[in-house]
Amino acid sequence: MSRTTTRPTNAQLAGKLSVAALLMFGFGFAMVPLYDVFCEALGINGKPTGRLAYAGEVDRSRTVTVQFLAMNDRSMDWQFQPLVKAVKVHPGEPTTVKFYAKNPRGMDMVGQAVPSVAPGEGALYLQKTECFCFNQQTLKAGESIEMPVRFHVDPALPEHIHTLTLSYTLYNVTDKAQVAAKVAAQ
Amino acid sequence: MSAVIHEHDHHHDDHHGPAKGLTRWLYTTNHKDIGSLYLWFAFTMFLIGGLFALVIRAELFIPGLQLVKPEFFNQMTTLHGLVMVFGAVMPAFTGLANWLIPMMIGAPDMALPRMNNWSFWILPVAFGMLLSSLFMDGGAPNFGWTFYAPLSTKFGPPSTDYFIFGVHLMGISSIMGAINVIVTVMNMRAPGMTYMKMPLFVWTWLITAFLLIMVMPVLAGAVTMMLTDRHFGTSFFDAAGGGDPVMFQHVFWFFGHPEVYIMILPSFGIASAIIPTFARKPLFGYASMVYATASIAGLSFIVWAHHMFTTGMPLAGELFFMICTMLIAVPTGVKVFNWVATMWQGSMTFEAPMLFAIAFVILFTIGGFSGIMLALAPADFQYHDTYFVVAHFHYVLFPGAIFGTIAAVYYWLPKWCGRMYSEKLAKIHFWWSIIAVNLTFFPMHFSGLAGMQRRVPDYAIQFADFNMLSSIGAFGLGIGQLFFFYILWKTIWGGKAPKATAQVWEGAEGLEWTLPSPAPYHSFTEPPVVK
Repeated sequence: MSRTTTRPTNAQLAGKLSVAALLMFGFGFAMVPLYDVFCEALGINGKPTGRLAYAGEVDRSRTVTVQFLAMNDRSMDWQFQPLVKAVKVHPGEPTTVKFYAKNPRGMDMVGQAVPSVAPGEGALYLQKTECFCFNQQTLKAGESIEMPVRFHVDPALPEHIHTLTLSYTLYNVTDKAQVAAKVAAQ
Repeated sequence: MSAVIHEHDHHHDDHHGPAKGLTRWLYTTNHKDIGSLYLWFAFTMFLIGGLFALVIRAELFIPGLQLVKPEFFNQMTTLHGLVMVFGAVMPAFTGLANWLIPMMIGAPDMALPRMNNWSFWILPVAFGMLLSSLFMDGGAPNFGWTFYAPLSTKFGPPSTDYFIFGVHLMGISSIMGAINVIVTVMNMRAPGMTYMKMPLFVWTWLITAFLLIMVMPVLAGAVTMMLTDRHFGTSFFDAAGGGDPVMFQHVFWFFGHPEVYIMILPSFGIASAIIPTFARKPLFGYASMVYATASIAGLSFIVWAHHMFTTGMPLAGELFFMICTMLIAVPTGVKVFNWVATMWQGSMTFEAPMLFAIAFVILFTIGGFSGIMLALAPADFQYHDTYFVVAHFHYVLFPGAIFGTIAAVYYWLPKWCGRMYSEKLAKIHFWWSIIAVNLTFFPMHFSGLAGMQRRVPDYAIQFADFNMLSSIGAFGLGIGQLFFFYILWKTIWGGKAPKATAQVWEGAEGLEWTLPSPAPYHSFTEPPVVK
């Protein structure tokens, strides 16, 4: 059967469409880094944003309450709590609070804390310049630790927000840390 | 559209008829055989998925837990969704595409017939894997058809891996089917069949096929990430390792929203074929129908996060996705307007395909309106995960996708098997279904607005009346579709059904009606000339 020669053959067209499908499979994975880029750009999800110390003025006319929560994931059984439940701060004022963690088990463990800020709208304005959540925490059997968080509230915080809640969920990443160490050793 | 064909050019094709026995179906590369396989497979899955739905409705008949355990209830909601979406609606549309597209564009067969055989025969394997999970330790997947992480990653039952490979296979099957449709439409059109002369069913399927190629691989990516999170130490969706479960929802709905248009666009094409036939008028606004379909498909890629308004998106995100979603109502409105304008001052008759097509237009519009309500971010905070959502998407899927398919089956069945179905029985099927479908799904709007959550096997006592009505309707709807099977059986194998003419319907136009009924095993081996 003769067809017009300008059209690609069936095999060529099917090949091109298959390549398109493969590229879209890749795009699915490309959404992973894209998602992180968006979260950082928009400051949502309480992910660490700028880690630079704040150099501007302190707004003493305003006081914001910052509350702290600590939770264990199902996989974790450390003792984990903030040493203070809440602090009152002026926007722009650097503040350090400490969290306490203890590994009650008879084995070394690795934990990873993941922060979250509520309300979500305020997440962009709670800037952590130092945080135990930036790294994994390794505690030997029975060991305890006090872990600092240094933060400030950006004076640009919208007027109607008076309270921010910084909560941490602590995950047991012992298995994953061991796998990663093995891979790094190779 | 008119076509010139040689009156008797089919008879010399008859020397190469279908093979005999079971291997005919196993080895077939004939688009009509494969179309029939797809359609019967879809109907089987439709009944299985319906059975799962009836387990759900039986449990919800009265408040309290009586028939099944909550864990099994969750497995039923999950499998009902998966089987209906991937097993019933999508294969039914692919079956229609296989049967109809070559006949509509004057092609002898699909462009890639061997791949066509593959893309069908992968499906029974995929669903065998998925359904076998019901009999495994720990039960079938129980995390809903949307399989949100971490429910499906950390907390999924062991059978989740069967689900993952099942989805991979379904995806491969759909992508191969879609490639086949695109190559067929682009390369195999008869001389003179320009793009803007193609029937709208071909157009809507061409656009659907592009959607499939764009999003099914993303779904495959999502389940692959689940697989590596479960077994290979990655943390795509695990916050502990730096991943994020909310990202799962972004990846899933990037697939999921175009997917809902994959499940409706072919129905748009079916309505656009049937309504002009029985209104005895050409379709109003053909070009605008094509452009509207393409705009809907384009917009479907930038609305996905309206499924996630309550995940804590920034206000700008909520506004963007809300406005884009509401924008879809514009091209959809154009289509509904065109269907109604086609009927306007037409010489309408109301045979079964027309009845189902009109019901499709009206009830799909109701589903569209509840969709606009859900698109409003502030209102969605109230409606989210309630039965209002269930009512909404069942209104666009049952009277939308399924009624569209049933209309298509009644409309083209005489062409496929050469016999006319019983109009009287089909009308009973229609009225039975239309009452049952509304009885099932309309009360869900009310229970949902009053706050009844979806995917929960028990409910507060004030929802009892609505749920009892829904359950009665659901059983009626199920029985109605068994009756549909009886009508099909009687028409195809009953032997007493009257023979159909080549044109079948007085007002039918298009190349497929120029073929004799039943359509010969090989048609258009010499391309017709379209003027």
